Amino acid sequence: MIKFENVTKIYPGMSSPAVDNLSFTVPTGEICTIVGPSGCGKTTAMKLVNRLIDATDGAIHVLDERDEMSNVLEMDPIQLRRSIGYIIQQIGLFPHRTILENIGTVPQLLDWDEARIRHRAEELVTMMNMPVDFLERYPHELSGGQRQRIGVARGMATDPPVMLMDEPFGAIDPINRNILQNEFLRLQQEIKKTILFVTHDIDEAIKMGDKICILNVGGLLEQYDSPANILAYPANEFVEDFVGADRALKRLNLVRVEEVMNSRPPLLQATQDVEQAVGFMTEKKIRFAYVVDSAQTLKGYVRVKDLKGKTGWVEEYLEPAATSIQLTTNLKDALSEMLVVDYANVCVVDGQNRVRGLIDTKMIHESVIESNAVAEGEEV
Amino acid sequence: MKEDTNFWQRLRRITIKDMMSWTVIPVLMIIVSVLVYNRLLLTIEPGSMEANMLGSYEIGFKRVGDAITEHLRLILVSTSLAIAVAVPAGILITRQGFRDFSGLILGVANVGQSVPSIAILAVFMGILGIGFKTAVFALWLYALLPIVRNTAIGIEEVDPNVIEAATGMGMTSRQILLQIELPLSFPVMFAGMRTAAVINVGTAALGAFIGAGGLGTFIIAGIPLMRDSLILVGAILTAIMAILVDFILGKIQDRLVVPTASA
Repeated sequence: MIKFENVTKIYPGMSSPAVDNLSFTVPTGEICTIVGPSGCGKTTAMKLVNRLIDATDGAIHVLDERDEMSNVLEMDPIQLRRSIGYIIQQIGLFPHRTILENIGTVPQLLDWDEARIRHRAEELVTMMNMPVDFLERYPHELSGGQRQRIGVARGMATDPPVMLMDEPFGAIDPINRNILQNEFLRLQQEIKKTILFVTHDIDEAIKMGDKICILNVGGLLEQYDSPANILAYPANEFVEDFVGADRALKRLNLVRVEEVMNSRPPLLQATQDVEQAVGFMTEKKIRFAYVVDSAQTLKGYVRVKDLKGKTGWVEEYLEPAATSIQLTTNLKDALSEMLVVDYANVCVVDGQNRVRGLIDTKMIHESVIESNAVAEGEEV
Repeated sequence: MKEDTNFWQRLRRITIKDMMSWTVIPVLMIIVSVLVYNRLLLTIEPGSMEANMLGSYEIGFKRVGDAITEHLRLILVSTSLAIAVAVPAGILITRQGFRDFSGLILGVANVGQSVPSIAILAVFMGILGIGFKTAVFALWLYALLPIVRNTAIGIEEVDPNVIEAATGMGMTSRQILLQIELPLSFPVMFAGMRTAAVINVGTAALGAFIGAGGLGTFIIAGIPLMRDSLILVGAILTAIMAILVDFILGKIQDRLVVPTASA
């Protein structure tokens, strides 16, 4: 848990504060993204936690290893920093040290023995989907994305309960950023760290955050809430502008296909009789149907007009399905996929390619209308 | 276009580095040997004015060897002392709270550098007397600037992100200096030491004016005697030494390059 209590920071010689009377609490095991325009003090707010910058007023409490809340202002800054994971935008790997030594920075400061450091480094590199022999390499021998992963690994070296991340994926191309974000979210499911994550990108804030803290210029807190709530009920005009005119679309990011799909779709068996299949489709008033085998694995689809007046088995008239969507895909990606292949509806499959449901544009539309209705109902 | 530059670069590298060190130096060495052997050894009469000027009857390879040793000793002592003072000074002016003094310290070092070396010798001869000590002092003053400047620049050029990461992970400022800043700035620092050493090889030749010995002895003996061969021996040997010192330190410097991570 990280708790800000009326925290204010005024830089010497400045009349207006960089962070203004900030209060919010990040629950244990959650990611809180701090987002706002440049000059909103988001990085300053983060650096107050590990006292790279000292607050002028107020208190910041973090949950330490003994599960006790302690005020960071009363702790020794060096010890405090060693107990908090810190990952910055340019990563700042030490170019003259190997990956092993880089990851081992804090453990070495805490006098871990060599074998333990190596063991932990191997564990982390494996966790980051990188081969163990990378440990002997130098940072310049790695690609940008790999360095970024090492930066994250270094921040997690001593398994700190609290981590600070300052635009950790900022300096990386969009494709790799997306991959790294997804990897990190998957990792977070296991490690359950309490994370303060600074970004200037509202999309990243929505994607990564369990909570979003939106700051305005001068370090004013405009809204602190879950991404869904911020998109549905922006607190004021500033937040509304900041999240963008497409906030309804952004909300699609937050909903997974499995939440809105039809989980009992009309399906045909590959070994079904054609005549029976035509009867089934006529009864369901559908022009085509997906076909599965006995293990529910997706085989393809058939059209009514191809089957009418024919005999034999369904599998003889199969057309391959151009696409299918994973259960955990978000609605935005699903919609985009559907627009690309121009299907009225698309199969939703699990990891083993077994059909679990169907989704069409109407279902997506309905989910948007539904949340709009809720949002408007609340506002009135 | 790109190939052209490569070609010219390669050509330049060959002429300056390789030809200097592997062709010119042996040729110069042969000239010096011939001069020493034929013109000095054979023509200087014991008890003559020339012999008196050189302070010894034995003018030959041994005398030349002694002068080289003296010369090297001057450089070694003065450069080491300069490193011992300039590196801490360079570090100091990059520290919080001492940055304001960077102008002052660099200014002092700048004065040392810009006053002609012969003038420094003359001034300090009055204070410290003649001999080895005064020469070392002048050379020391002369070598300060490049080392102070390069130390400060080297440290200041360390990627601020690296420093921030180190601070944020809980390194003390002492640990950051010793484990991060110094290792990363050492190549730049070393370049300053190399410059200082090479400058000192040339400047040390002036040490002979105040009786500090070295290769300058031959030059200042040769001038009043109008003995070109003597002057040449001193001048050529000094030049060779400068080239060799630069070459050897350059080779070491090449190995010091720190791999830089461009994010």
